Amino acid sequence: MLGEGIAKGLAETARNFFGSYVSKERLTTVQFPEERLPQPEAARDFPFLVYDGPDWQAGLRCVGCQICEKECPPKCIYIEKSKDKKPDALGKPQFYPAVFNIDISVCMSCQICVEVCPFEAIKMDTEFELSTDDRFGGLLWDKSQLAKSNEHYNKIHPTEAAEVDARLAEEKAKAEAKAKAAVQAAAQAAAKAAEAKASPAPPSAPPSGSAPSDSAPSGSAAPSAPATSSSSSTVAKND
Amino acid sequence: MIETADQIFVILQHWIVGFAPAGVRWILAALFSVIAILGAFGGLFAVTTILERKGLGRIQNRLGPNRVGPFGILQPIADAVKSLTKEDVVPYAADKVVHFLAPVVLVLGAFSVYAVLPVGRNMVLANLDAGVLFFFAVGSVMELSVFMAGWSSRNKYSLLGAMRAISQMISYEVPLILSSITVIMAAGSLSTVAIIEKQAGYTGILPHWYVFTPWGFAGFVLFMIAATAESNRSPFDLPEGESEIIAGYYIEYSGFKFALFFLGEYLGMFAISGMGITLFLGGWGAPLSFLAWVPSYLWFFAKLLAMIAVFIWIRGTLPRLRMDQLLNFAWKFMLPMALINLVTAGLWHFLPQGGLRWLVCILMVVVPYVLLGRGLMQGQRLEKRVYQFAE
Repeated sequence: MLGEGIAKGLAETARNFFGSYVSKERLTTVQFPEERLPQPEAARDFPFLVYDGPDWQAGLRCVGCQICEKECPPKCIYIEKSKDKKPDALGKPQFYPAVFNIDISVCMSCQICVEVCPFEAIKMDTEFELSTDDRFGGLLWDKSQLAKSNEHYNKIHPTEAAEVDARLAEEKAKAEAKAKAAVQAAAQAAAKAAEAKASPAPPSAPPSGSAPSDSAPSGSAAPSAPATSSSSSTVAKND
Repeated sequence: MIETADQIFVILQHWIVGFAPAGVRWILAALFSVIAILGAFGGLFAVTTILERKGLGRIQNRLGPNRVGPFGILQPIADAVKSLTKEDVVPYAADKVVHFLAPVVLVLGAFSVYAVLPVGRNMVLANLDAGVLFFFAVGSVMELSVFMAGWSSRNKYSLLGAMRAISQMISYEVPLILSSITVIMAAGSLSTVAIIEKQAGYTGILPHWYVFTPWGFAGFVLFMIAATAESNRSPFDLPEGESEIIAGYYIEYSGFKFALFFLGEYLGMFAISGMGITLFLGGWGAPLSFLAWVPSYLWFFAKLLAMIAVFIWIRGTLPRLRMDQLLNFAWKFMLPMALINLVTAGLWHFLPQGGLRWLVCILMVVVPYVLLGRGLMQGQRLEKRVYQFAE
């Protein structure tokens, strides 16, 4: 009959109207500035620079290699490499970015800079309330605005940050082990060399034909010591 | 005491007018009433906008506006400030005089009809003998102003919207007036005050409202459907269909003129609801005999708010009609129903009181409703849509 559907519709809307006062499930509105939903872990918007330790200038992981600057599709990153070196978190002398700017009005949040960074130095942030009345200066962020602590990174992306921390710790341990091994090898070689230098003097008991053969291993041992020490120094540089 | 509470505004008016010299008393009395009407219904407009947005929000499981003031009740003030401070743009090619006059005429017409609307006992600005006639005659000014707006904007969408509005309003004015004629027949008067007096008695505790008769009920439903169409409200809001003709006749209006259109529209809705209350719901009369001590104007506004709530409810429920559906409904259903209802009202008057009268009149309403409804639905069967290529 005519009007049946209208009656049904009116009943439905009346149910909605009164239901929204009694049932919390119906009223799904989150009143934003006061109430907030937790951000999903995969949330990301703009990159930031990670630093370790308390001082952001000393602990910045970035070494100014400029890979991200070259890879950035919209070219929103600007880096000036430093002339001098300063010690990084591991205490090794490294270059550092004298200037590191990101224009977040240009950034398209593609995360390519994060993927190409070999030093785990640049990561994606989740801070989204960035509105400003200065669209040029206010959205061009320098190093001091971009630097955020590793703790912050652990807070916004816990799983990812744990992986990164584990990997960095492993690398650090490996590097330390290698350095130790190198130091040990160098010490051993030095000891050996010293031994070798000391040994040819007393015994001349073997037959005279063996004298050149005896000098050969001592001669080969002597250059091996500098070789290992040089390789250990290159490893240290790589880390 | 009860008498005083009921007549407080009338007494206040007499008291204030008493200070003036005798020669200007009549003009002061009229001014008092006009200011009261402007204030009361202007205020009701502000309240309704926020109630409507809140109600629609709740119907859609949202909260509605809740930022300005506690629970958002100051939203109308923010809206008013916004519309007052906005730039008033007049199109270069527009007919500037008509473009300016259209919203003025609309609001003027919308306010004029309140002159004959009794909002309480002894509370009517002008007790005209032809009050209902005056109401519908002045109410038609709305159509004129809508067409003025649509035509003077020199915009195709405006004109399209205005033409839709005219065809809709003229189509629905016929059943609107025919359904109110039944009441005029029963009451034997065109005066709104006399019509309310006719409905003043009680049988037991139930009042003698016309809506409690078969023809009155049918007439009331027809009147309210036509009133919805007359006031351009959903589901009959084709003239201002946002999705189709980007707001119709008031595209080219901005700032306060736009707000005036809004105001005029809502005032038209209140006025026609008030007329429905006067004709069918006993005006300012109490709905139950033992509630007669409540001041009469409170009853009027309670009924008006209830009507507004129904309007909002319907707006939140029904989607917009298509133009052919709208006109089919007006001419093929509303008009025959209203005509048959006229006969029913006449029969009710001449048949002797008793069960037979009720039976005959109820049949006179129900049988045409079912038959006409079936005719209207014919060929409207919804079938599963078959796609030729998308499958």
